[in-house]
Amino acid sequence: MKMSSPANLRTLPVTAGQGRAGLDPQAIRRDFPVFENNPGLVFLDTAASAQKPRAVIDGVADYYRRDYANVHRGVYRLSARSTELYEEAREKARRFVNAADASEIVFVRGTTEGINLVANTFGPAFLKAGDEILITELEHHSNIVPWQMLRDRLGIKLVVAPIDATVGLDMAAFERLLGPRTRLVAIPHIANSTGTLLPVESIVRLAHAQGASVLIDGAQAAPRMPVDVRAIDCDFYAFSGHKTYGPSGIGVLYGKRALLDAMPPWQGGGDMILNVTFEKTTYNDVPHKFEAGTPDISGAIGLGLAFDYLTGLGLERVREHEEALSGYGVDTLSAMSGVRVIGAGQRRLGVLSFEVEGIHPHDLATVLDQHKVAVRAGHHCAQPLMEKLGLAATTRASLGIYNDESDIDALAAAITKAQELFGR
Amino acid sequence: MMDLRELYQDIILDHGHHPRNKRAIEHPSHFAHGNNPLCGDKVTIYLKMDGERIADVSFEGRGCAISTAAASLMTEILKDKTIAEADALFRAFHAKVTGGAEPETAAALEDDLERLEPLTGVRAFPIRVKCATLPWRAFEAALKSGAIGATVKTE
Repeated sequence: MKMSSPANLRTLPVTAGQGRAGLDPQAIRRDFPVFENNPGLVFLDTAASAQKPRAVIDGVADYYRRDYANVHRGVYRLSARSTELYEEAREKARRFVNAADASEIVFVRGTTEGINLVANTFGPAFLKAGDEILITELEHHSNIVPWQMLRDRLGIKLVVAPIDATVGLDMAAFERLLGPRTRLVAIPHIANSTGTLLPVESIVRLAHAQGASVLIDGAQAAPRMPVDVRAIDCDFYAFSGHKTYGPSGIGVLYGKRALLDAMPPWQGGGDMILNVTFEKTTYNDVPHKFEAGTPDISGAIGLGLAFDYLTGLGLERVREHEEALSGYGVDTLSAMSGVRVIGAGQRRLGVLSFEVEGIHPHDLATVLDQHKVAVRAGHHCAQPLMEKLGLAATTRASLGIYNDESDIDALAAAITKAQELFGR
Repeated sequence: MMDLRELYQDIILDHGHHPRNKRAIEHPSHFAHGNNPLCGDKVTIYLKMDGERIADVSFEGRGCAISTAAASLMTEILKDKTIAEADALFRAFHAKVTGGAEPETAAALEDDLERLEPLTGVRAFPIRVKCATLPWRAFEAALKSGAIGATVKTE
């Protein structure tokens, strides 16, 4: 199976690309200086963090060189310009997830902080003892621990929907566990450890029918497919800038305006207030109510540039690319003797978790690294899922816009080398 | 490219595939769990002490070839050693795998140190040093905590 563009298209600039041709990973690679500086690098760890395009790296540097000042404070023009760029990034984020209004976009440090914000504000405002939060066995620690902390604080119950035999969400069990006591459903859009793509639209419909709100952990989906929060109709959607080809330390929490308005502020400080006396403080409007202190201005601007880059490629084409390459990866690995892909039958995007018989993932990753193949080995911050699958750890190869079949082939070749080394 | 056969020598693969003393000790006088949060590896070290002497030592757990071989080799050489000897062996071994200054070691322990030599390949793979030292850290923790048990992690 060949999914790369014909060779003659490879010379076209990436940004040329809203045409019918697929992504050109080799051309995209030239937009990412890390590949220039690490010749031969086979980078298959984008699910942990994505590499950065030149447009983001240079854009952040240019902002510091030309336009830097604090936001929402200065009367002087430089501060006004900085504020404008920051708010423009918020508008780009709105467009990226198709939110109705930019006030529904809260800048946070990342997915984890977005989820913690909801736990700490939506939680106490909307939940009481006896209420239930429904999560799934596919969860990353960041969509487990904040809810456990909230459970211990409020006396609510944390219910976990199981996976089925193919490592997808068991929808029948999910529906059974969803009830009138369920006030919040928190699920991943794409599971970080297995790549499983969840049917979020139907989950939201089922949850809303029971009167429950829905938070989606979009950390793995935002960089891989078009996200339309209004079509999904979720109440919250959180994702990280650094996994979306933007800077680290910035992320986005989308929330429906009516909910954000009804939620109390989280951290107190500057920017989140309208008026402060020693007796009483009036809080600012959303989203500023949730952004206490000087925000990560350059991070937000850099993330806006990453959105521009992805939008220039076309998110639909990114999804097609991830889907085709995931399929090629599953086929390639499954055809190898002694290699088992976790949840091979599932609809997946961008993540391949696998085991190689007789070789511990940590040993495998060391051998792969010697062949310049960068993968993640371990529990992927999803220990409960690993326990459920009876695995201490797996090896995870994850894909990005700069990967193509040659990366999968290099992975397969390096696995064969490891099998030779350990089978001797 | 670093030769991976330096890291995965035959003796490592042998102990990795067929670990010695991989069993629980019933009613241990000392035990401790060691965790490597980076990779999820877990090892439990069991001891049966006879005063200052290690009468029996064993391990259970799941881990990579390096940590399994390290635990296996460790249990082989620690049997019948005194606490002071075990301590000297760990300090010498630690220096070997981290590339630190090696302490003077009693002549009587040199053969044992020699047996640990195959593990020193991790020196060239700094991320893997913790795999080799995890069983030893759990051993130390077991000595300190006695029959109550303890948990250590690699950090």
